[in-house]
Amino acid sequence: MSARIGVVTFPGSLDDADAARAIRIAGATPVALWHGDADLHGVDAVVLPGGFSYGDYLRCGAIAKFAPVMSLIIEKAQSGLPVLGICNGFQILCESHLLPGALTRNDHQHFICQDQKLRIESTETLWTSDFALGQEIVIPLKNGEGGYVASEATLDELFAENRVIATYQGGNPNGSYRDIAGISNKAGNVVGLMPHPEHAVEALTGPTTDGIPFFASVVKSLVGAS
Amino acid sequence: MIDSVEAAKTNPLSEQPWAELGLKQDEYESIKKILDRRPTSSELAMYSVMWSEHCSYKSSKVHLRQFGDKAPSTEALLVGIGENAGVVDIGDGWAVTFKVESHNHPSYVEPYQGAATGVGGIVRDIISMGARPLAVMDPLRFGAADAPDTRRVLPGVVAGIGGYGNCLGLPNIGGELVFDESYAGNPLVNALCVGSMKHADIHLASAKGVGNLVVLYGARTGGDGIGGVSVLASETFDADGPAKRPSVQVGDPFMEKLLIEATLEVLHAGLVEGIQDLGGAGISCATSELASNGEGGMHVYLDRVLLRDASLSPEEILMSESQERMCAVVTPEKIDAFMQLCKKWDVEAVVIGEVTDTGRLVIEWHGETIVDVPPRSVAHDGPVYERPFHRPSWQDALQADAPTPERLARPESPEALKQTLLDLISSPNLASKSWVTSQFDRYVLGNTILSQPENAGMIRVDEESGLGVAISTDCNARFAKLDPYAGAQLALAESYRNISVAGAKPLAVTNCLNFGSPEDPEVMWQFAQATTGLADACLELGIPVTGGNVSFYNQTGDTAIHPTPVVGVLGVIDDVDRRTPMAWEDDGELIYVLGNTADEFAGGEWAHLQGHLGGLPPKVDLPMERLLSEIMVAASRDGMITAAHDVSDGGVGVAITEMALRANIGARFWIPDNIDPFVFLFSESTARAIAVIPRTEELRFTEMCAARGMSATRFGVVDSGLGADSGHPDEQVIVFDSLFTLTVDQLREANEATLPALFGG
Repeated sequence: MSARIGVVTFPGSLDDADAARAIRIAGATPVALWHGDADLHGVDAVVLPGGFSYGDYLRCGAIAKFAPVMSLIIEKAQSGLPVLGICNGFQILCESHLLPGALTRNDHQHFICQDQKLRIESTETLWTSDFALGQEIVIPLKNGEGGYVASEATLDELFAENRVIATYQGGNPNGSYRDIAGISNKAGNVVGLMPHPEHAVEALTGPTTDGIPFFASVVKSLVGAS
Repeated sequence: MIDSVEAAKTNPLSEQPWAELGLKQDEYESIKKILDRRPTSSELAMYSVMWSEHCSYKSSKVHLRQFGDKAPSTEALLVGIGENAGVVDIGDGWAVTFKVESHNHPSYVEPYQGAATGVGGIVRDIISMGARPLAVMDPLRFGAADAPDTRRVLPGVVAGIGGYGNCLGLPNIGGELVFDESYAGNPLVNALCVGSMKHADIHLASAKGVGNLVVLYGARTGGDGIGGVSVLASETFDADGPAKRPSVQVGDPFMEKLLIEATLEVLHAGLVEGIQDLGGAGISCATSELASNGEGGMHVYLDRVLLRDASLSPEEILMSESQERMCAVVTPEKIDAFMQLCKKWDVEAVVIGEVTDTGRLVIEWHGETIVDVPPRSVAHDGPVYERPFHRPSWQDALQADAPTPERLARPESPEALKQTLLDLISSPNLASKSWVTSQFDRYVLGNTILSQPENAGMIRVDEESGLGVAISTDCNARFAKLDPYAGAQLALAESYRNISVAGAKPLAVTNCLNFGSPEDPEVMWQFAQATTGLADACLELGIPVTGGNVSFYNQTGDTAIHPTPVVGVLGVIDDVDRRTPMAWEDDGELIYVLGNTADEFAGGEWAHLQGHLGGLPPKVDLPMERLLSEIMVAASRDGMITAAHDVSDGGVGVAITEMALRANIGARFWIPDNIDPFVFLFSESTARAIAVIPRTEELRFTEMCAARGMSATRFGVVDSGLGADSGHPDEQVIVFDSLFTLTVDQLREANEATLPALFGG
């Protein structure tokens, strides 16, 4: 039986169908999770997709962390459930304190959508193990509030603990500190990523298929564990 | 004090502000005749918005009829003109609906909200047909690129489209960006949306079934956009005009996203008998149109409407254009399920009335009847004007002033030709638009096959089969100024060509007709000519107009904008895997120009850059456009072609530059025999395209062209190794034999620096 990976739909989630497609392409079964549902339906991993959950009112991701489904995800993530937060999902993970730091308005003040070059900086997480260390990939970046910020001490710690999973290459697109595009928690099961791997899973629609290994990584680890 | 029907009868002579509401004396008189009494203030409000130019099409109706009268017979059209949007059959049980609308005046007054709510409005038109929105596009026109007001309006418009569309989760797959002084003070902000559905899911706006309930759902009704339709869309902007800011609506894309999901769920669950979006004229429009299309009667309890501002008067509630609202007709048995689904999406809903068989639209306010009218008289039987029109006095002189070599000096030396190419590709109209398009999400939903700067936007409709649709919008308004009949046909031809070049078969047409004041007989002549030209060309090309929009009064003082009939063409492609992109791929691929090049510069980009507008536009050749289309679709279907690009603004020189930039691979070109290099490179003759053919397919392709009578001239070859020989080692280079050499990086720099320099990094 293939791995079952949940995709949460909040009001205002936009890339949930894309995340489900990417999960299918990586060989797993996507399971739709509803924000108001305090039940994870036995999924093996969770993706928090991009979008504007709850209209991004107040602050991006700030309301989503109080959703009934999130309290379960937060609890299980602390005991090892693989969770990937993409864009708005990354913002939710920071707001939920599963990941340190915060995402702020792009330094140039505009929403930006472009094909972005990244370098994979860690393959020691459940979501990046299928990459080669130092591998350069191109996947879409699209956000208005993608500037990653954290204290100097936190940034030092992230690099020291090998928890920066990807950095921006060829110019910093949004003012993220130290070119950080994505990070993980200490255990490596929770990953937040600002660019969108789920939009780079088919040659016809994406700039590349470089997004697939994010999903394939977790699928392999789940299959290996079962 | 409520002005009820009772009060109107007992106090028949009360003075009413019909003129302030934009009604003419004779229109007010005919309302009194219809009602056999003076209207109540609420009725007056309803008639004034519904009979405004924007809602009633009173000046354009007599000309728009041609789109129906001359419609080619086609089985593709499932729902025609007159509904919220036309519906086209694309096969496999799938249908698509698409429409383009203007939000010009609001966007000038308040660029961000004006443009944002333009997107919201067109998206609701699409969902009210039962379709899931797939993508949006935005044809945009502004005054001169370096004008201070353009700097005020453009960034706000772009941010508004992005802010709304990005939050809605709809990819923005293209559009237009044109600068011309004629739009100073009258920017054109048009918005297009396309959606898809299964045939069985098509829904229409009608209130059927006596006793069925009328539900208003979505955002609450507030004081925004009151009178927006009649005040904003029907008046021109005079320097000393009244402040109009409060009339612009304010959008909430998050609510719209919930409204889309809730609406599609109630439609698919079979809970809805009829549905209508609330746009211009708000509740007035929705209730009267639903009733007029249905059994003919409706009883509405206006005091049940959920309000953001409890102090709103009934007249204001009827006129409010608060965004993100829909109206549905639901049977009493299904109302609970309907309400349940609204609740799931946190969308507020309230039953405001029911369908009756009285033939009257009756609206009550706390027990008093404030409206009692025949709904058809409000929604469909508004005034119709046969506005006088005549050929402008200046038209002949304009057409006589052709850009001949004597009138306008042409570049001749290789150096001058090279500089001309650089000037063109860095001019605001031809420069890279990525400063704008990078602010829009083109990836969301994961079905975008092609997007700007490609020839057309293309979206996959069915992931299993690969069935997809392509859309393009085009208009060179300078052509329309020189000859509105031909100009409208040229807009259609370009859009039709863009669809075909991408590999899709053109199927249907929508339009957004942006003109000056219909009360000016010279503007009205332009309108009559353009609509006739468009209808005639659609008939000849065999593709019907499925709907559209008219925007009049785009003028400041006596000066109207160039007539701007924006034409959108929708095409279908059986398998998006077969689409033809712009970028060539491999060394040795052969570059052909299809079609014939004549000396045609009037109204083109080169003449525009010299500040010249005069002469006759390029010749329209619809049979040749049709042949070109068939050849491009066949080449794509049969795998004969690697890449293609239409030849239009800036001619062959600009077309191949755009292809090289997209590919980031060089190529070598030569000027065909017996043609002047300047004419070959920059003329804007129509019915032409660049085709890139693998060597293995050359024979098959050229034989097809020869057999069909299409001229195909080889004038280039893809070559990534030209740098070393031309003094640019390790660079991609474009070489024009015996003329000039440019690196792709030089071209890119010229092409990409312009908009950031004008509008900020």
